Amino acid sequence: MTDTNTLTHAIDMDALGSGDKAMQLADEKIHIETRNLNLYYGEKQALQDISLEIPQHRVSAFIGPSGCGKSTLLRCFNRMNDLIDDVRIEGDLLLEGNNIYDKSVNIANLRQRVGMVFQKPNPFPKSIYENVAYGLRLQGVKSRRILDEAVEKALKGAALWDEVKDRLHENALGMSGGQQQRLVIARAIAIEPEVLLLDEPASALDPISTLKIEELIYELKERYTIVIVTHNMQQAARVSDYTAFMYMGKMIEFSDTQTLFTNPSMKQTEDYITGRYG
Amino acid sequence: MARVNIIDWVKGGSPWVWLSASAVSVSLIMVFGLLLLIALRGLGFFWPADVLEVKYQQSPTEVVTLVGEVQSEETVTAERIREAGGRVPEGQTTVTRILLKVGNRDISGLDFRWINAHGIVSESRPDDMIVLERREWGNFYGYLKAVKIDGKVMATGDEAWSVFQERLIRTTKIFDQIRDIHVSDIGSINYQIEQLRLDKKRLELDGVSQPAAYDKIVRKREQLNKDYQLLQQDLDVLYRDIEKDSVVLVAAGGREIELRLSKVVRGFKPNAMGIPTKSIHYLEKLWEFVSDEPREANTEGGIFPAIFGTVMLVIIMSILVTPLGVVAAVYLREYAKQGPLTRLIRIAVNNLAGVPSIVYGVFGLGFFVYFLGGNIDQLFYPEALPAPTFGTPGILWSSLTLALLTLPVVIVATEEGLARIPRSIREGSMALGATKAETLWRIILPMASPALMTGMILAVARAAGEVAPLMLVGVVKLAPSLPLDMNSPFIHLDRKFMHLGFHIYDVGFQSPNVEAARPLVYATALLLVVVIVALNLAAIWIRNHLREKYKSLE
Repeated sequence: MTDTNTLTHAIDMDALGSGDKAMQLADEKIHIETRNLNLYYGEKQALQDISLEIPQHRVSAFIGPSGCGKSTLLRCFNRMNDLIDDVRIEGDLLLEGNNIYDKSVNIANLRQRVGMVFQKPNPFPKSIYENVAYGLRLQGVKSRRILDEAVEKALKGAALWDEVKDRLHENALGMSGGQQQRLVIARAIAIEPEVLLLDEPASALDPISTLKIEELIYELKERYTIVIVTHNMQQAARVSDYTAFMYMGKMIEFSDTQTLFTNPSMKQTEDYITGRYG
Repeated sequence: MARVNIIDWVKGGSPWVWLSASAVSVSLIMVFGLLLLIALRGLGFFWPADVLEVKYQQSPTEVVTLVGEVQSEETVTAERIREAGGRVPEGQTTVTRILLKVGNRDISGLDFRWINAHGIVSESRPDDMIVLERREWGNFYGYLKAVKIDGKVMATGDEAWSVFQERLIRTTKIFDQIRDIHVSDIGSINYQIEQLRLDKKRLELDGVSQPAAYDKIVRKREQLNKDYQLLQQDLDVLYRDIEKDSVVLVAAGGREIELRLSKVVRGFKPNAMGIPTKSIHYLEKLWEFVSDEPREANTEGGIFPAIFGTVMLVIIMSILVTPLGVVAAVYLREYAKQGPLTRLIRIAVNNLAGVPSIVYGVFGLGFFVYFLGGNIDQLFYPEALPAPTFGTPGILWSSLTLALLTLPVVIVATEEGLARIPRSIREGSMALGATKAETLWRIILPMASPALMTGMILAVARAAGEVAPLMLVGVVKLAPSLPLDMNSPFIHLDRKFMHLGFHIYDVGFQSPNVEAARPLVYATALLLVVVIVALNLAAIWIRNHLREKYKSLE
């Protein structure tokens, strides 16, 4: 169960958006930038001319109706789309000023810098410990001590340590859905990425687990740049500092969350957030 | 009313439930019936049956005494007997015939005899009737008259039996010693001498001319020859010792023969034995069957080399087929671009499963034995030529042929396993910076291993029962040595081997004494089934273990 603190906190966030102080995109340090990004699945164009600047150590949310391309855009940031046949990408995508679609980029290194959490929890059929240690083992870390420390740190970071510290060597598939999702987050942050991409991380979870994940996102943004895709507008309003509204593969509007939800500049955005379509 | 009910009954699907249920029952009854038949026929063979002494009216004027075990009984028409020249009393339309195992092949020339039940004048089961299992000429049935040591009569009458047993234990011990020396010590020396001969030949082929190298070989050979002489002396002593004892026996009809004890495997008095003694005897025989080597052209003794060969063949086959199948499945499912070409490959793989196994045998002989083996001999074993080393059928080529035969099953099962692993797991691994190969090795293959094991189970089941291709690529009627022994390099993959399936064929259809060997065919068949079941259970156990370990996402 959640304690009262968490509850009031969540309600606060809902009421206030997330801006304790008014945020301005112009003041932020830009972490990821896309320039005229076009993406095609075969003949079909899925993303049209997206230009976007994602600020560092902030939570940016992508909202929009199903099929508008928000997950596709998210998957461009760690080149997850490369796994799909027949994908063609045009334009630039810069991570700290370097184009990640450059030929010289090592995809494995890129994915270590840009972690990702998926819609459905997908722990490996290994122990909790091995799940979290997986990324480090890939990097060739063998020392038991370093692994132990990293696992503990990551699980604490994902607010899971207290629940699982006594059963680290049990199969991860025996955990609840919410725990599994936090385990997956722990697995992602264990390798110390710069950016964390969350693809509808709470859509398969119950309200209490959702709340825990949102709490976690709030804490994680201290250290990571977070990009979250959600089709739950309340969630976007609760957790994000900046919000982008996408429609039909186009970026309609991107601004700080408070402005987007209270005073959108585009008619389509207003129609969507007031529930006229989508 | 009733009609409506029937329609409802059919609509509800009940007839199909009944139909499939009865089909399943029929299948089960057939399987268990078959196993039961094999078990009864095969296992009964080892039971020490009573020995009858029969006075038999052979012709109107002649009554003979026959001694033997009742093997089977059948009823035939009187006409048949008359046509064959037999006598049947007037008015009788059917005749019961008894097949008597009379043994004493050295005396009568026949092991078995049909007698007509109506011709039996009297029958009895004398307690002092003995059965001797001999190393030559099959069983002896008759009476023990005396035991001789060094040609002098030591015991006669009632006393003879206990003396006989004592002396038999001694003789058997010496016999085992002799066999040990022959098989392990002399076998090892022969093996080493052969290796030295090959070493010398190799030096000659390499053009080495320093006498030092040759001297070393000569010295070693001298040492081995000296060892051999010593062993030969030991053997001479043992041989003299073992030939000391003999027994005087009386066969049915009163003929006396003398037999050396060294020719006797075991002797017993079945008519005097109670159920417990017979049970012990039965277990001993059963143990001999699974643990001993065959005697008398495979119709007597055990079949251990065949069990060993079968199991080793299947294990080597599994070791060979796993990497091949997994690599092929991984390529087809994970790396190859799905299209007409992969579809074609899949069709080809599936069709391979339908190719008759003898075709694999022919391919194995042509490609593996003659081509691969021949080239290996040219390259690595030129010193042994013209005698082939790998260029002749052997267990390696048999295993490879069977691996090829079972490859489709393993590929299909592994592919299924790979296809079932959710995409999200792969993405999860890739998102942590794993390459495709790392994801495969660390996540996908372990998760697919239960499916792979399912493929292995099917492969083992098929391979263990396959005989036809093996006849071309490595199986023999009698292998002088096992493919695994104490001479380095311990595993001899070039050797020929014995196989249970082939043993069944050989004993049942190629043996000089088919009637005597028939129960052995059943017993061997039963054992083959047991071995296959055991191999399968082992594989299933491993699979369940893996399943538990890599429980997949629902």
